[in-house]
Amino acid sequence: MKKILEVADLNISFHTFAGEVQAIRGVDFDLYEGETLAIVGESGSGKSVTTKSIMRLLPTGNSEIKKGKILFEDKDIAKASEKQMQKIRGKDISMIFQDPMTSLNPTMTVGKQIMEPLLKHQHLSKSKAKERALHLLELVGIPNPKERLKQYPHQFSGGMRQRVVIAIALACAPKILIADEPTTALDVTIQGQILDLMKDLQKQIETSIIFITHDLGVVANVADRVAVMYGGKIVEIGTVDEIFYNPQHPYTWGLISSMPSLDSKDEELYVIPGTPPDLLHPPKGDAFAPRNHYAMKIDLEEDPPMFKVSDTHFAATWLLHPDAPEVEPPVAVQERMAKFQAKQAASLKGEK
Amino acid sequence: MAKYLIKRVIYLVITLFIITSLTFFLMKFLPGSPFQNEEKLSEEQRVILDEKYGLDEPIPVQYAKYMVNIVKGDLGVSFQFDNQPVTDLLIKRMGPSLQLGFQAMFIGTLIGILLGVLAAMFQNTWIDYGSTFLAVLGKSIPSFVFAALLQYVIGVKLELLPVAAWDGFASSIMPTIALAIFPVATAARFMRTELIEVFGSDYITLAKAKGNSRMEVSFKHAIRNGLIPLVTVLGPMAVGLMTGSMVVEQIFSIPGIGEQFVKSIQTNDFPIIMGTTIFFAFLLTVIILIVDILYGIIDPRIRLQGGDKS
Ligand SMILES: Nc1ncnc2c1ncn2[C@@H]1O[C@H](COP(=O)(O)OP(=O)(O)O)[C@@H](O)[C@H]1O
Ligand SMILES: [Mg+2]
Repeated sequence: MKKILEVADLNISFHTFAGEVQAIRGVDFDLYEGETLAIVGESGSGKSVTTKSIMRLLPTGNSEIKKGKILFEDKDIAKASEKQMQKIRGKDISMIFQDPMTSLNPTMTVGKQIMEPLLKHQHLSKSKAKERALHLLELVGIPNPKERLKQYPHQFSGGMRQRVVIAIALACAPKILIADEPTTALDVTIQGQILDLMKDLQKQIETSIIFITHDLGVVANVADRVAVMYGGKIVEIGTVDEIFYNPQHPYTWGLISSMPSLDSKDEELYVIPGTPPDLLHPPKGDAFAPRNHYAMKIDLEEDPPMFKVSDTHFAATWLLHPDAPEVEPPVAVQERMAKFQAKQAASLKGEK
Repeated sequence: MAKYLIKRVIYLVITLFIITSLTFFLMKFLPGSPFQNEEKLSEEQRVILDEKYGLDEPIPVQYAKYMVNIVKGDLGVSFQFDNQPVTDLLIKRMGPSLQLGFQAMFIGTLIGILLGVLAAMFQNTWIDYGSTFLAVLGKSIPSFVFAALLQYVIGVKLELLPVAAWDGFASSIMPTIALAIFPVATAARFMRTELIEVFGSDYITLAKAKGNSRMEVSFKHAIRNGLIPLVTVLGPMAVGLMTGSMVVEQIFSIPGIGEQFVKSIQTNDFPIIMGTTIFFAFLLTVIILIVDILYGIIDPRIRLQGGDKS
């Protein structure tokens, strides 16, 4: 598989009146051609800042990329000029935002908004662009596309608007599509429809997708790989199976335990205790330690490095250190791990 | 739309009715008499004059007569200006006032928008501070101070423009500038605030994410959305212009409604005072109505209200 994007040791800060907010503190990940990478984590963990930096859409006034690389096709986006970025945005990399109610221009017809990147990057004629816009609306499942092109955003429901935003993002067949919590602002039923659409599109187009969500439940259906973010860092990354059935980081355990499951209907949902770290004064050691039931002395002193679990699976927890004691993950996680091992054993047998 | 218009016109009539009635009774209870040197008039002369102008009748009757006449377009006759009908006097004086008003509104709003857009686009740079400084000056310096200053510097010292006259476009320049200060300041402040909010909105981020340059984002996406709400300050702006015009016309000796209004207040010329007040009220309510209709035309969210949502 070919790498299309490589983020290395990314550090981003915001300069505020209160001081320097260290929002991103050393993020590394790769994105491969055609894959969907999910980024999960509580709100405030740095998902949006990470992905906005890939498009260099962070507020110009107070944000700073302090360190690191964002390599895209041999170019370092972290150091690209505004002019270079304008050629990349909407053409090679595009984005779907969280709230479809506010992400469309209220005084421009939907057709014009879809045609804009086409006219800009592909230099199509107006009529050609219109044709393509019509096709895009069809692709994202909007009925009566011909009439819809002439309408304004307020004439669309939230779900339909999000489809329009998706159509805009896909207009120039980008190499990378970033979807920042594309369903969070929608009703549950509509959420399902938009997710189905995304899955559908995934099969039809070759775009690599970064799918951001704070809801681990959504991830299993859409992602190939998952990165778990906490306090401005990726604390665990692996394939969907590895994250769901063989999680290593106590924070991932917490996320999994707080997922509603089919057989735990009556019980109250588990909530990870405590609050996210204060990024104005990031703690020494592991940022998750104060909320971590399994924290050890070293967690308070030194930030754990990424430990390799498999070729595709890494986690930043001292529990993976050879000298660490054996611990029992929460019950919900143990059940999943047992299922996973049984499945693997079965598939091994099948191979023989 | 037709239903909406009819409703608005009915409101307009009710508003005007209330304003007219209030003005009428306020006038009646105001001390002072329209007749100069009242002490010198004999009792008989007073009675004759009162009879002539209908001032001898009971106030409710006067009120009823006045209201009926207004509907016919008759605002009574002036006490001071040779018994001319107030309506004629207003019409005669309307030209210069309207010309100044429109010039000031048009030029002032345009310059104000420009300043506001620049301030928002170059937020927290010297352009922004400069524009803000100008706007604050324009809002805090009363137009008559500014008028006198212009008159002295440009008219008296530099002798570039006529000091106080009304013949041709040249003589309208200084009063227009003096009047335009208020719209400039209002539009600039409003536009800056609106645009900064627009620049922070999600659809502007999306416009950037499409690869638009700063200029394209500003001109294709932001400014139109920032401009729409500006329509709402056109009403208050018109009020500012009307009050400003009274003093400015006086200073530059412009034969307009404002100047006549000031004179009639000085002489207790009740019919003119009332006529002008009603005329201003009428103008204002009509402007507000037009503004609302305009708002509906340029904002698709209102224009298409009642259209299908799905
Ligand atoms: N414009 C900004 N100014 C200051 N701090 C910011 C700004 N944008 C984001 N942050 C901070 O960066 C951190 C990560 O935010 P974000 O990436 O939006 O989180 P999420 O994972 O919910 O998308 C948060 O602590 C937030 O307070
Ligand atoms: Mg976010």
